[in-house]
Order: sequence, then C-alpha cells, then structure tokens
Amino acid sequence: MTLAEILDSLFPDGHTVAVADGIVSGDGPFRGGRLAVIGVDGGTPLGIEGACRLSGLVLDVVRRGGGTPILVAVDSGSQRMSRRDELLGLNEYLAHLAKTLLLADAQGHATIGLVYGHSAAGAFIATALATRVLAGLPGANPTVMDLPSVARVTKLPLDRLEAMAKDTPVFAPGLDNMVQTGAVHAVLDPGQPLAPQIAALMDDRSDADIRDRLGAERGGRPVAGDIADRVMREAGLG
Amino acid sequence: MIDRLADPTSASWYEASARARIDGLLDAGGFREFVGPEQRRMSPHLPLFDLPRAFDDGMVVGEGILDGRPVLVAAQEGRFMGGAFGEVHGAKLVGLLRAARQRKPAAVLILFDTGGVRLQEANAGETAIAEVMRAIAEVRALGVPVIGLIGGRAGAYGGGGLIAGTCSRLAVSESGRISVSGPEVIETNRGAEEFDSRDRALVWRTMGGKHRRLTGGADAFADDTVAAFRAAALNLIGRAPAFDLATLEAEQARLEQRLARFGDCREATEIWSRLGVNDPAAVPATTASAFDALLSGLGETTHDAR
Amino acid sequence: MEKLSFRHATPGPLPGRKSQAITGVVASGNLEILLERVLEPTVCTVEIETPIRGYGDVWEAVIADFVARARPGGLRITINDGGARPDTVSLRLLQGARLMEV
Repeated sequence: MTLAEILDSLFPDGHTVAVADGIVSGDGPFRGGRLAVIGVDGGTPLGIEGACRLSGLVLDVVRRGGGTPILVAVDSGSQRMSRRDELLGLNEYLAHLAKTLLLADAQGHATIGLVYGHSAAGAFIATALATRVLAGLPGANPTVMDLPSVARVTKLPLDRLEAMAKDTPVFAPGLDNMVQTGAVHAVLDPGQPLAPQIAALMDDRSDADIRDRLGAERGGRPVAGDIADRVMREAGLG
Repeated sequence: MIDRLADPTSASWYEASARARIDGLLDAGGFREFVGPEQRRMSPHLPLFDLPRAFDDGMVVGEGILDGRPVLVAAQEGRFMGGAFGEVHGAKLVGLLRAARQRKPAAVLILFDTGGVRLQEANAGETAIAEVMRAIAEVRALGVPVIGLIGGRAGAYGGGGLIAGTCSRLAVSESGRISVSGPEVIETNRGAEEFDSRDRALVWRTMGGKHRRLTGGADAFADDTVAAFRAAALNLIGRAPAFDLATLEAEQARLEQRLARFGDCREATEIWSRLGVNDPAAVPATTASAFDALLSGLGETTHDAR
Repeated sequence: MEKLSFRHATPGPLPGRKSQAITGVVASGNLEILLERVLEPTVCTVEIETPIRGYGDVWEAVIADFVARARPGGLRITINDGGARPDTVSLRLLQGARLMEV
C-alpha cells in the first residue's frame, strides 16, 4: 500500500497528514479523538534534519498530553550516510528521536509503528523499532543490510547467502524474517479497513517488551528470551 | 575468572580486554559474572557461517562494586567479531538492564566496544539494540544512571552509537569514536571524495572523542587509562540527568541549536572555531589536562540535555 | 568447523585451588581457552573447535607437549580457536595453567 492508500483507509473522513522532504506529519480523527501520524515516506534516508523534525513532532504530542496515540509510518532508506551527518552527531539525533517515542509511550501515548515500504539500519531503529507495537503491511521490506552488502562484508558468495536466507530468518532481509525475529508484531490485512486493525493492536499491547518472547515462539530468535531471563535469574531475580 | 591488569593506573583501556577493563574499573575482587563462559551459551548461528564462537559471545555482564556502591556492568569485547551485536550478545545486555529495573543499582555501566550489528545475525542484533534502548529508557526513568564508557578499538558504531545516545552520560577517550555509519561504510556508499576512510586524522576529527566532547555528544573526556575511565565513571554517576519531558525538550533545543549554528560546517575545525576554540588546528594534539582547561572555557559543551 | 578432542593421563592434580579461568580472545590468529578444575586429578581433557581444518596432528603435538610441561591434572580445557599459530597456542595454554595455580 502507498501512504495515500494507508491514510485513506485509516481516515475515511479526511486528515491533515502531509509529506515534506520525505518527512510525514499530521493527524486525523480516531476513536473520538485524534491519531497523530509521523513518519518517513518515499524511501527517504533519515538524516539529522529529518530526525530532528520528527522528534520535535513527537514532543509536541507529549507536551499537549491527553494520551493521543502516535502512528509512525515508515518507508525510509537507511540512515543518511554522509560525512556531514556524522560530523554533526547523527547518533544523537537518531537516539533522541527514539527516546522521544519511548517517552511518549511511557507517558500513555500508544506508539504504533507501521512499516509499509523499505527501512534499514539506524533509520529503522530510531523510528519503527522504537514504537511499542510494530505492524507491517505485505510487500514491506525492512532490512538491516541487503544480501549483496552482507556478501561483501562476510566474504561469502551471494548465491550461498541466498540459499541460506531461505531457512535462516536470523539474518535474511525482509518482512517475514522480521516477523519471525519478533521485531514486527503483526502483519495487517490491506484488504480490510486499517483503523480497526490498528485499534486492536493498540488495545492488545503489552506493558512489557515481548519481542524476544515472540522471536522464540516464531523460531526466528531461538535463545534471546532465555538468555535475558537467565541473566535476571542469576542477578537474583525472577 | 578474569584477565588481570598489571597496573590499572597506567594500563591502556584501548588495549585491555573486556574482562580486564571490568577488573580495573571496579573495586577489587567484587565482580560476579552472570551467564559466565563456563555455561557455554555461545551463538547458535555462527556455525552456519563456519565461524568460530566465543564462550561469552563477546559480552560480559555481571555485578560488582564501584567505590563501595553496587553497580551492574556490561562490557563488549571488540576483538571478537568487532564487538558486534548478535543474538546472545545483545540478550545478555537486555537481561542486565531488565535486572537493573528491579535491583536499582547505583548505576549501570556499559563499556562499549562495537561496530554495530553482527551481520550474520543481523535481525536478532538489530532487534536486541531496540530492546536495549527501550530498557535503558525504563531504567533511567526509575532514576538509575546508565553510564557509557567509550574508548575501545571498535568504537561505538551503528546501533552502538544509538545506544550510546540513549545513555544518561558518556565518557570518551581520544580513540573512542562514536558514529552511526562508519568511515568505510560511507566511503563504500558515497565514494572516497565524500569520506576517505584511510585518512585517520579525518576520522578522529569527525567522530573521535575530542570532537564529541567539544560538541556535547559526550560528557567527559578521559585519558586512555583504566584509572581515568574509573574516575570519569564515578564523576558522571553523581550528575545524571532525569529521563523526562524536560530533559528531552532540552535535548531537542540543544540539537536544533547545533543544526542552526553548525549546519553549514564541513569540517570539525570550523565547528571548534565557532565554539570559541582559539587554535582549532592544535586540538588533536592537546593533552587531556589541557583539553579539560579548554573545555572549562566553553560552557555549552557541558549540559544536562541527554 | 573442525572439532578435536584429546584425553591425557596426568600424574596428579595441577597445584592451586582456582576452579576456573579464561584467557585469550577469539580473533584472527588468536584463541580463547577456558580451564575448569572439574575432572579426576589423573586426567586432563582438551576440546578444540577450529575453523582451520586438517591440522589435527599439529594440535595433538602441541597439546601433548603442554600436558608434559604443565601436568594439568584435573583440568577440562576447552579452546575456541580463531586460527592461532602453534606457538601462540602453547603460550596461551601455559598462561591459562598459571592462572589456575593461584
């Protein structure tokens, strides 16, 4: 689905969501209140200006209070890779954006990620992965790194990596693998109205971070939850 | 159970192993490791790639005493797989931070030494980084400082740079680089005219410890010794910012101001000059004590907006 | 990965009371060694995982030499190899045994 299709499905009565320089902002009516929408569209790489704009938008919602939920819609590139972005501290801008989403969640604003296109690496961590519940739409393609780049770094032949990717969700790109890892909670049905599906995910959300549990249940991250629990036990807890 | 340092006062943080850093950082004899190497909880994925595994998957976590106070501590081993986040590696840090929510230690110390996500376990590593960031926010919201120490050979790159930016406070040494995309990644994607990764001086100026400290990306600058990092950690624990709306509003203002003031700069030396540094070209060679004197004259580099 | 395993008889226990030690790191040309005092004092076992195949004879010789020199009775030794040269392996093994002797 395109962003326009998503917004039409979410807000049949209209909305104020607009895109400028790839950065999504606005809101629309939702369950008697508003749903704030932020995000990255058009495969845009996330740099310092975009991240700063998004974090400012999240803080605006938190400052106004009232528990307005926040949808983070993502079809981004990777983090913008440039000398200038790093010179000016891209890690701080991306971390700050993630922190504003984590703060919003802690202060009662449900945060829902929706990955409907591409996203990768630092941009994915700072946006979609910083929400409480992350949903995907069929056709979405979140990755950490594409296989040709993995082949370059690991010095493994691409055809061997492609063969391994078929049954090794822990490293292979794509939505299904992110679902199996537990990073993406659910895949939405584009044939049905999105608003009730988003609402159901919000109502269902857990206070705990259940991604490692999901990853174990789905087989994509077999040991993470067990290791984290074991550390807690040895720390005298649980 | 640990590598010993002959003399922590002068031992290099950069050269030390993860275990030796912990040993020199904490009060003597008090470290207790969780999920230690004898449990052999190694990566279930590296054998698929015919790669050797480490008993601790490059992450050492446990509890100890720092200057008489209980702390939880995590240290990455930058020489194993570049300190990268794999499934077990990341989950140990997640578990430690979850334990901190209940234990409420005097601080959680994270000894960064990482190139980012381990590509052979990319999805698990990436998700673990997101889990770590959420857990840090929760720990900080409870009033427990999370202090990052950055001075290892792998720096704090990729998701490691994002985790660093989530900590309450950061101490960094000259060789401790903090960045998202590494020099080689930028060069591969954009060409050597954008970033010549072999130009080490450029790497240091752009993402090294002094630059991060000067621009407020880190809160303390430490000499490359284990003793200096211990002193910096002790100093930072006492003045950690809260994790609340006021702090993040202040950080928003700080980052917006940085864009407005330095957004047109191409070189670190231009930024340093605008900050009020009289001789920017001399900064890379400045000793730690002279650098501290320089910092004390530049008020805005020290802040609570993180 | 190639897995190797050796078992040696030893005249008696390695001196010292340390129950466990780890030394080295899994990096190119290096290795990590975990030593655990968990066996009968007349036995030492060494298990190795290495990405470099076909050097079983060399490992066998290096381990036999180490056992003769250090007499590491009672130790279970486990090695994660990153492609270390034989002299590095010898050095690290002796280092590890010394760590156990405190």
